[in-house]
Amino acid sequence: MTAGEHAAEPRRTRPLAVVGSQISVEEVLFGKAFDRWVLGRIAGFLVPYRRQLLLGVFGVLVFTGTQLAIPLLIRTAIDKALVLGSAGEDLLLIIVLGFLAVVTVNFVANLVQEQLVGRVAGHLMFDLRRAMYRHLQFVSMAFMDQTEIGRLMSRLQGDVQALQEFLESSIFAIGDLVLLLGIVVVLLLLDPRLGALTLMVMPVLFAVRIIWLPRARKAFIHARETSSATNGALAESVHGVRAVQELGREDLNYGLFRELARENVRAHCLASRFVNVLIPLVDGLTGLAMAVIVVYGGSLVLDGSLDVGVMVAFLFYVQRFFDPIRSLTIQYSIMQRAMAAGQRIFEVLDVPIEVRDRPNAQSLLGTPGSIEFRHVTFGYRPGEPVLTDISFKARQGETVALVGPTGSGKTSILSLAHRFYDVWSGQVLVGGMDVRDVTQNSLGRHISVVLQEPYLFSGSILENIRYASGAEDSEVVAAARAVGAHDFITRFADGYETILDQRGVNLSMGQRQMLSFARALVADSPILILDEATANVDSYTELEIQRALSRLLEGRTALIIAHRLATIRHADRIIVLREGRIVESGTHGELAAGDGLYSMLNRMNHASFDDLAAEA
Amino acid sequence: MSSTVSSSGRVDTDPTAHTLPYVSRLDGRVLWRISELAFRHPYRMALAMVATALGASFQLFVPQFLGRAVDQAQGLLAGAAAAGVQTEAVDALLQTAMLLVAVSLLRGVFTMVQNYQGEVVGHFIAHHLRLDYYRKLQSLSLSWHDQVHTGDLMTRGILDIEGVRMFVTTGMLRVILLAILIGGGFVILFRIDQVLALVAFGFVPFVGVSASIARIRLRDIWLQLQNELSVLTRAMEENLGGIRVVRAFAAQAHELARFDRISRRALGISHRRVALFVRNTAQMNFAFFLTMGAVLWIGGVKTIEGTLTLGELTEFLAFMAILQMPIRQIGWMSNSVARASTCGGRLFSVLDLAPSIADPPGARGLEVSEGVLRYENVDFSYPAAAADARTLSDVSFEARPGQIIGIVGPPGSGKSTIAQLVGRYYDVTGGRITIDGQDIRTISLESLRSAVSIIQQDAFLFTASISHNVAYGNPWAEGTKIERSAAVAQLHDHIMSLSTGYDTLVGERGLSLSGGQRQRMSIARSILPDSTVLVLDDSTAAVDAATEARLQDAIADISRTRAVIIIAHRLSSLRHADMILFLEHGRIVERGSREELVALGGRFAELHRLQAASPETRP
Repeated sequence: MTAGEHAAEPRRTRPLAVVGSQISVEEVLFGKAFDRWVLGRIAGFLVPYRRQLLLGVFGVLVFTGTQLAIPLLIRTAIDKALVLGSAGEDLLLIIVLGFLAVVTVNFVANLVQEQLVGRVAGHLMFDLRRAMYRHLQFVSMAFMDQTEIGRLMSRLQGDVQALQEFLESSIFAIGDLVLLLGIVVVLLLLDPRLGALTLMVMPVLFAVRIIWLPRARKAFIHARETSSATNGALAESVHGVRAVQELGREDLNYGLFRELARENVRAHCLASRFVNVLIPLVDGLTGLAMAVIVVYGGSLVLDGSLDVGVMVAFLFYVQRFFDPIRSLTIQYSIMQRAMAAGQRIFEVLDVPIEVRDRPNAQSLLGTPGSIEFRHVTFGYRPGEPVLTDISFKARQGETVALVGPTGSGKTSILSLAHRFYDVWSGQVLVGGMDVRDVTQNSLGRHISVVLQEPYLFSGSILENIRYASGAEDSEVVAAARAVGAHDFITRFADGYETILDQRGVNLSMGQRQMLSFARALVADSPILILDEATANVDSYTELEIQRALSRLLEGRTALIIAHRLATIRHADRIIVLREGRIVESGTHGELAAGDGLYSMLNRMNHASFDDLAAEA
Repeated sequence: MSSTVSSSGRVDTDPTAHTLPYVSRLDGRVLWRISELAFRHPYRMALAMVATALGASFQLFVPQFLGRAVDQAQGLLAGAAAAGVQTEAVDALLQTAMLLVAVSLLRGVFTMVQNYQGEVVGHFIAHHLRLDYYRKLQSLSLSWHDQVHTGDLMTRGILDIEGVRMFVTTGMLRVILLAILIGGGFVILFRIDQVLALVAFGFVPFVGVSASIARIRLRDIWLQLQNELSVLTRAMEENLGGIRVVRAFAAQAHELARFDRISRRALGISHRRVALFVRNTAQMNFAFFLTMGAVLWIGGVKTIEGTLTLGELTEFLAFMAILQMPIRQIGWMSNSVARASTCGGRLFSVLDLAPSIADPPGARGLEVSEGVLRYENVDFSYPAAAADARTLSDVSFEARPGQIIGIVGPPGSGKSTIAQLVGRYYDVTGGRITIDGQDIRTISLESLRSAVSIIQQDAFLFTASISHNVAYGNPWAEGTKIERSAAVAQLHDHIMSLSTGYDTLVGERGLSLSGGQRQRMSIARSILPDSTVLVLDDSTAAVDAATEARLQDAIADISRTRAVIIIAHRLSSLRHADMILFLEHGRIVERGSREELVALGGRFAELHRLQAASPETRP
């Protein structure tokens, strides 16, 4: 018997296996082609660039105009100069000089239009991204908690790009449209009879397109969907390679992936058929239009009722006839995508900012390091309070520990002290002032934080410790020394300049925790909030951390979510939370001597205070 | 995106681990390999090439017929008095018109065939590469995956394959098209008027060369821009991921300044790109129109002098109009070649990697009789580590079904490496590891890995239902079995409390699970395939203690039929361990039951005392 095979076991007829996400991308990718609201919002972002934009549009129009003029100049050269024989040479020179003038204008207009449009579109993209990014720095934490970063990132990247593409292509589409109309008008003006007859080919293309478009679009969307499914499956195999290899899914996954990839090829070949089938049609119609000009125009020339130059000009116009129509069809799907992207972007920008500075908010600078909760009630969803009537105070220099089972509201208390949210009722006071009356900036400087999972940024160790504080290098080093991080930092070849890969994966958990302590120390705030680490740290590291922690706590007011008895013993006050209420409060000695939850757990030498509810 | 913390400090260097090269390179061997892939479809390629040649040839006729029509319409104007001549002239016009329609249509048909076949071959190449790439990524060792950026792998898998794909249509076939259009057109015009032909083609070298140079420079700027944008992406991702830290330190202004710095740089590059592109296209247009003006002037004078007919002048001008597009495409073409070369090079560099761990020739499946895992004097050092820096030295132990082995030791003592070696994610450098007497290097990887389950610290959730996720290692498992595994992992109750139960979608856009729940998912997943050896590598760190206790009981229960190895930080995780190995500097320094080790008063006893001081350990 080989391992993993169990003959007696019931088996499915088909494996319970898929690769990649099973969600259709159609709804995500496409929207209405025209959305007044989205367009209005985009217009708002273009206001600062309105001059450039207007100039750009003007450039497009001039460019198109000069393009239209070129066959006309050739026509004039033929009909006015060449027919005159040698007398026409001077006139020809003048016309050629005129031609040179026109192409020079064309050159300048071309430079201006593309330059301006390209730049404005670039600005639009970067401005939209910045606006979103900035907004995300201030929107409610509730929104950030609920939203996956990946989805925000796709808005910050793909969606803004779709709008850039949209702006660029729509301005050039104006040029295409004008060119199309221009050709029609010029043809009819040059010779109404020949013009009308030549233009009769155009409806054929429109008719065919009407039949072609819905099918083709279906094929295009399908092709795009299969691509995204295939790429999704590839991404999954990259991200989940550990699970794939450890659970031996390579062969099965490869088979499933091959199915997806095959469908992808099939869909793309079909889409390619739809694209290319139009080529003979457009070429044939161009040929037909030329034939009409040759036969009818030629007879008119023979009659003497049409100048031969007009015929030549017609032949030139007809060559360019279908170009604008082609690019205008592409424009449609660009617009669809842009509207969907715009929706998503403005959705983010419209997330309300709930916590704002009051008009005359004050600075906390110079106030004492104290935190007080007065009858605070708070929740994330209406009618479901997470904290009810919480009151406690940590005076300057005191350490208050919060313990309680998962979901008892410890983290919410920390969030409120930072004013990540506003309370429903009651008051949170820092330094004796209601947090709603002080500037968020000074609040952030007044309180520093160490999270359970130390969070580092890419960049050097120095930058990570300094972070937003603007501290001198020497202060950074002093802080690192104080928390005991200096030794391991200087052991790196680049010392403080060591670059942290991917948020510090090249450091151990304990080392990362030390850096985040040093960061808090450099910030030098009177109040420290600490979510004590439970997991991922072995006992050796824990010792080092405890040592660093005691250094960090010196002379500071601290609010700690505590998991370890060692921390709690020395706390000035321990608050036991349960279901959002304070059930006990006092020093370790007082609580241990009592007969409440805390003393019971203390007697049991319980594994972790997080599990209070589980067994109590 | 949350990243897992791998506790083992693997240092291994790989030449392909570096990110995008900044400059496009031309590599003949890469292009040759791509061409070889294309000619695996010889009939389609032959058809595409013939169609390209024919399409280009038919296009060459169009200006000639246009010129002829103008002459027919005009040249006869003078002697058009006689009615008979006029009908004759109309007949001639009609004939030319029909030829024009026919030639245009044929050109269209052949262009269609060219494009379609070219694109199909391109898609086939892409398909082929995509499958190879997928398979290769799955087979490359985890140590390799640890070093490369996932974003970089995705770029190769999407953009680079796209770059190679486009090579057939915009690279190979376009060469033929351009050669015929430019060569044929020049011959035709040269026969009409040598001087004028030279004038008319005057813009070709200028535009061709400047377009090629500009395209390749644009590509390099584009690569720079991509690079800058990926820096921006990383900055944004980190900011959003660490938004609590950002806000807690009131660092929004700091973060915005950082964002602006990178963003401004990127915008600057983007502007440079626009400027270069615009300058280049505008210059090309201008060169073209200037030449056209010269042709109009010189040709006009010649026409006035009577050495050139009006039709011939029209033919010249029409030719230029036709050539305008393809000449510009020289730029696209050279870009496409450069792109294919760069992209292909990067793809092949991955495809050519040999997995460091592979089946030996003639590997047999593992034969499991008792299910005994044995470490026999195992030495190990990581590939890039210094010769004397051994991670494991002389490690020997045995694990048999019904037994739980616990492994503890300070960080860096080699605990996780023991797990990695059991699954043969690395090969031992000395000694051997056997299962029922068979050296794991002699058996097929597939049979080894189905016999050994190593539970990860953090489970990757696949975007699929919970049952899909639990059954990941054995998708043929029935529902009851899935539920049993989830129950052992203490996950069943939570799943049943969800309104859609096991059908609930998790992963991207699905329900998100907490760290502890993900670890339990990982456990459920790994115990489902009924493997012979089960290794828990600190797999319960994020699970709360009460749940962990129940989980341990359940695992002790299933350990009756398999050997279990538990690697842990917390001694509480080792409650059921029959034997504990204490590892230090890669050596087993103490071994025995918990009581024996405590009584021994050595390293373990010290750790035991340490942990007892914190409330993490149960007595």
